[in-house]
Parts: sequence; C-alpha cells; structure tokens
Amino acid sequence: MVKRIIVGAHYGLSGWLAQRITAAVMALATLVILIGIWSAPPLTHAVWKGLFAKWWMWLSFCLFSLSVMLHAWVGVRDILMDYVKPTGIRLTLEVLILLALAYYTVWAMQILWRI
Amino acid sequence: MPDLTAKKKRPLWYNLSPLNLPLPGLVSILHRVSGAMLFLALVWFLFLLDMSLSSEAGFARTRAYVGHPLVKLSLLALLWAYLHHFCAGIRYLLLDIDKGVGLPAARASSYAVFAISLVLTALLGMKLW
Repeated sequence: MVKRIIVGAHYGLSGWLAQRITAAVMALATLVILIGIWSAPPLTHAVWKGLFAKWWMWLSFCLFSLSVMLHAWVGVRDILMDYVKPTGIRLTLEVLILLALAYYTVWAMQILWRI
Repeated sequence: MPDLTAKKKRPLWYNLSPLNLPLPGLVSILHRVSGAMLFLALVWFLFLLDMSLSSEAGFARTRAYVGHPLVKLSLLALLWAYLHHFCAGIRYLLLDIDKGVGLPAARASSYAVFAISLVLTALLGMKLW
C-alpha cells in the first residue's frame, strides 16, 4: 500500500478535470462550427467573415480557443513529464510552452475582436 | 548449498514497438502523437485563420497558399490527427464514466476509433482536396 498523506497538492486532479471539460466543450464547438461552414454558401471573404460574425459561430470559436489552450497545456505537460526527465530542461520547456500558449490566446482573441 | 528459494534475476525484455501494441495501445499512443502534432500546428492554424479573415487580399492569399500540394498534404495529415484525437478522446471520456471497460468492448471501440477516424479523413479529405 502506498502510504501517502493527501494534503496540500491536488495531485493533478484539477488538470485532469480541466482536460475533460475542455474536451467536451471543444467537441460540441467543433460540431457547431462544422455545421456553420457546411451550411454556408461558396466561400468568399465576405461570406467567411460573415460566418464568424454570427453569434453562435463567434461564441463557439471563442470557447474553442480558450479551451484548446488549457487542454493543450495539460496534454503537453503530461508528455513532458513522461519523456523529459531532467528537471531544468523540463521546467524551461514548460515555461516556453506556457508563454507560447498565452501568446496564442491573445492572438486568437485579437482575431475574434477584429471580426 | 545453493539457495534454491532465491529468485533468479532474469532479464526482462519488453517489445515496446508500436507495431507490437494491442489495438487499444495503438489508439493510445496515436492519441498522444496526434495531440502533439495538433499542438505544434496551433501556430500555423492561427496564422492561416488570421490571414484569411484579415482582408479580401488576405483571403485570396490564403486560398492560393492552401492550394499548394504540400500544404494540402500537411493539412490532410492534421485532419487525420484531429479526427483521431477527437474519436479516441470520446472513447476516453466514455471509459472515464465506466462505459466499455471490458476487454471485448475496449477492443471493439478501438476498432471503431480507427474505422471512423480513417473513413472520415478519407471522405473529408476528398471533399476538401
């Protein structure tokens, strides 16, 4: 038996849960966006932009973008924990990936707010 | 007298080649590979979306860019990655709530993941090519 006093740390539970919730959100958003694109007339710039301006497309894309960043963080962190053993290198990579994801989030919001 | 009860230290050898994995294991490792692919492609997706929505000229540029065969091929690979990740992910969500945890069911759902994701990749790929 593992004698471990579970106190203080969450032992990854919140990350695990966040990964599942964001997965469900993205699955639904994917279907909404797919239906939106499917039902659109042949794509021109105006049609494409108008598509994203529809509130349900905009909201789905917004939720998808936020979810994917959180989801990717948990997933990439899992991969790093499995394969990159030296703590220094792993921490460096984790920081770089967090910075990248933060940048992507701002970028995605910028795209959304310009529509 | 030698100690006959002592366990002999035998070498362990696991064949960890993906080709040797049982089907649910193959779903699992490809879930990870496809996830990594999609993470790496995130910046590219944002770039494409940004360019296509920016202006009339940007849309035309995006259209020309994704018309390149190599770009199309990369997008096809990413389409597979997305669909595999999607289908396998739904399987894991079901496993989390104890649906299909028995061996026959787990095998069947692994087959389903491959069948659905590959067929959808082929269909959508043909439509979008």
